[in-house]
Amino acid sequence: MALLRGQTQTALALGALMMWVVGCQGPFPQSTLAPTADFGAHIDDLFRWIFWFAVAVFVVVEALLVYVLIRYRARPGAPEPERVHGNTLLEIGWTMVPAIILILIAAPTIQTIFRTDGTPAEGALEVDVIGHQWWWEYRYPEFGITTANELHVQQGRQVSLRLTSQDVIHSFWAPRLGGKRDVIAGRTNRLAFTPDSVGVFLGQCAEFCGESHAKMGLRVMVDAPEDFAAWVERERSAPAPAESLSALARQGLEAFRLVREPASNSCIACHAVQAVSFGVLGPNLSHVGGRTTVGAAALPNTPAGLAQWLRDPVAVKPGSKMPRIGLTEDEITALVAYLQGLR
Amino acid sequence: MATAVAHEAPATRSVLWSWITTTDHKRIGILYGVTAFAFFLLGGLEALVIRLQLARSENDLVSADMFNQLFTMHGTTMVFLAIMPLSAAFFNYIVPLQIGARDVAFPRLNAFSYWVFLFGGLILNSSFIAGPLFGAGSLSVAPNAGWFGYANLTSRAYSPGANIDFWVLGLQILGVASLAAGFNFIVTIVNLRAPGMRLMRLPVFTWMTLVTQFIVVTAFPVITIALVFLMFDRFFGTNFYSVSAGGDLLLWQHLFWLFGHPEVYILILPAMGIVSEVLPTFSRKPLFGYAVVVYSGLLIGVMGWGVWSHHMFSVGLGPIPDSVFAATTMLIAIPTGVKIFNWLATMWGGQLRFTTAMLFAVGFIAMFIIGGLSGVMHAAPPADLQQTDTYFVVGHIHYVLFGGAIQGIFAGIYYWWPKVTGRLMNERLGRVHFTLSFIGMNLAFFPMHFIGLLGMPRRVYTYGPELGLDTLNLVSTVGALLIGVSVLVFLVNAWRTRRHGDIAGNDPWGAATLEWTIPSPPPAYNFTVIPEVVSRLPRWSRTQMKAIPDVPPEPVHVPGGSYWPIVAAAGLAGMAVGALFHTLWVVLAAAAVLVVAIYAWAFEPFEV
Repeated sequence: MALLRGQTQTALALGALMMWVVGCQGPFPQSTLAPTADFGAHIDDLFRWIFWFAVAVFVVVEALLVYVLIRYRARPGAPEPERVHGNTLLEIGWTMVPAIILILIAAPTIQTIFRTDGTPAEGALEVDVIGHQWWWEYRYPEFGITTANELHVQQGRQVSLRLTSQDVIHSFWAPRLGGKRDVIAGRTNRLAFTPDSVGVFLGQCAEFCGESHAKMGLRVMVDAPEDFAAWVERERSAPAPAESLSALARQGLEAFRLVREPASNSCIACHAVQAVSFGVLGPNLSHVGGRTTVGAAALPNTPAGLAQWLRDPVAVKPGSKMPRIGLTEDEITALVAYLQGLR
Repeated sequence: MATAVAHEAPATRSVLWSWITTTDHKRIGILYGVTAFAFFLLGGLEALVIRLQLARSENDLVSADMFNQLFTMHGTTMVFLAIMPLSAAFFNYIVPLQIGARDVAFPRLNAFSYWVFLFGGLILNSSFIAGPLFGAGSLSVAPNAGWFGYANLTSRAYSPGANIDFWVLGLQILGVASLAAGFNFIVTIVNLRAPGMRLMRLPVFTWMTLVTQFIVVTAFPVITIALVFLMFDRFFGTNFYSVSAGGDLLLWQHLFWLFGHPEVYILILPAMGIVSEVLPTFSRKPLFGYAVVVYSGLLIGVMGWGVWSHHMFSVGLGPIPDSVFAATTMLIAIPTGVKIFNWLATMWGGQLRFTTAMLFAVGFIAMFIIGGLSGVMHAAPPADLQQTDTYFVVGHIHYVLFGGAIQGIFAGIYYWWPKVTGRLMNERLGRVHFTLSFIGMNLAFFPMHFIGLLGMPRRVYTYGPELGLDTLNLVSTVGALLIGVSVLVFLVNAWRTRRHGDIAGNDPWGAATLEWTIPSPPPAYNFTVIPEVVSRLPRWSRTQMKAIPDVPPEPVHVPGGSYWPIVAAAGLAGMAVGALFHTLWVVLAAAAVLVVAIYAWAFEPFEV
């Protein structure tokens, strides 16, 4: 294996060179080839093992083909070829060789299937993942936290995801951490991985789930243990009382609470903010100010980004269940101040 | 010809009428070919728009919903309206000639298959302009849930428009066409072989046709059941795919892929058959290991039924089923590999002539290997968890279906064009077509492997610049455009040579099989006398078969035309249109037309 590793590195270097030649713009945040968790690493090892057999077979067969094409091209005046009809030994040979290669591939494959089947170890961090058109809901039963789209996990501690869907089929995929698993209504699937590096890892829904499937992004924030504890603490804390808010934020709170016409245009119809509202159709916003993106990673959670989302969510995310409400610019400014204050 | 040979249609009728009522397998083959090629062009245009949209990140050439319609229709069109019926064109035209028959077993059923296919394809594609009829906000209400149409996205709750209605009804109609043709060709190949044409003397193309048709008649009922469930859910409020009422969404996936994987072999086996005809002819050598190639085709047909869940490794079936389906999937690579080695051995020691047909056959081998090897990669479920639903798999299927099936079909077109038209295609334009197509497909599809491994899912209408995949996607788009240019070159070639190409004669290639013993194009009755077959390669073997006279020694009865097949097909199509508009009386009236037409057809005097 060590030797193979060496060759792998060389080939990867060659591959990287090729990528550079075609002018790719640098790092690939959703690459499956640079795993940062055990799940992804197991898959990557298996893939590389199979990859080299495939390369070998490819080179041998294509070389044979090219040789035949050059060597046996028709030459004027050449005698009629001998009418060979077959050869039993050869047939047995080229049945056995692929069979042996496939056994060499199948054995580690089955090992890896059982190693990556999502069974959690003792002490894993359990998170319920619920797919919605087109965003992700995360619940941490251990801490009583509900959040959306940005999954916080702890470096070095196994995460066990229990996946289900509220509507159509989705698929949870954060490529650098590991493979995808479908998120299906009426079923609970499992995915487990132990992240080994701190950082922000991109992902997105991988099963076609309707109009804005392309905009169902997600982030996995792998925190160092102390940062993760701090995040849990923040998420569990009660929101600041209304009296302590700035005047602008308080206007935002009023706009958030306002019952609009039709009622489904009211923020509180769909969104929960701890101690303010109980909506469950949209993401829980109790600590939305602490997130880095809005709209399932569609926009950065900056004042401009959030304002753009509030102004016209359907333009950002076609078919979005959050309608174009027709907020005034003053309402938007106030709502941005209020929501970004919810940390 | 001077004797009393009954020609196909009464001479007093118009040319158009003679085509509408034709029951001649050769004419129906041409109809299939032309119609399917038109759909192939349409599906190709859809692909070009898809590629232009993805040429750079955050492009807005088409809307999200339009993009979803385009990729759904691209897949549906290429599978059901292009590759399958292009193969059917060859079944129709070539198989009776290869087995020494005057027509298929059921000529009117054959015409019925074609008209049902045409109407089904038109109904599906009419959705692109039918929006206003359904009060939709857009012109186009084409199906938009993917060619695989996973439940429950296809239920009324999540797809309220007419889009999925077009899909569920259109596919059921197309299923009828495929089933009718399937039974017809099984009976034809089993019963109408010329004397001495034993099964193990059948040309490999006819063998692969037989295997394909057995898969068709067993696989299509499965998707029909899935579609009927879906239709009942959408039209009558049943709950087959309703989770809240206790339905299991995986029911659809199992039924769909239980059909869908055999379907892959329905698409590829005919192309393998074509390659197995073209390679021996242009190597001047018989096919190496004929029996092994035939048996491996049979084996693929049987084993194709045991691998469907490899499309479902990410749904969480559990480690045991995943292991079993991984093993069966890897096993099916063996008979496929055996075919490749036999083709190489066929060429080994031959005198290879690189006609365009031969170039495409060789291109098939070279490219199909890539599709096969990437297939083995995601036969491993853990690797598949990273690759499924990404562009890696898009690359894979296009190496199999474009590099494989389409190149095989082009090999067949260049090979049999002179038999069909009596004229040779232009070889220089053919080489340009092949070269552009070969470069184009590799530019278009090879980068997709990297695009997928670097994290781009399929079926996304846009992607962010942060993925770093702009350049690779642009390369892929350029490749797709090049494929488009190559197809234009082919169209020019076909248009010019159909009237002005060099005269082909009976056998321009020095080929071995029966179809080359008769004139090009063949007369309505094909063979003046039914030949007596004495070997597998009648034109190559030392034991010469009895010569076939140029003029029929006695009058040959050729069935006249019938308009009942097209009427029956129209009835079936009318039922679907009525259902689209939720108008019961239209459905019933159209059903009455269907019943009357079948009755009239059954009692029509018709000489075979």
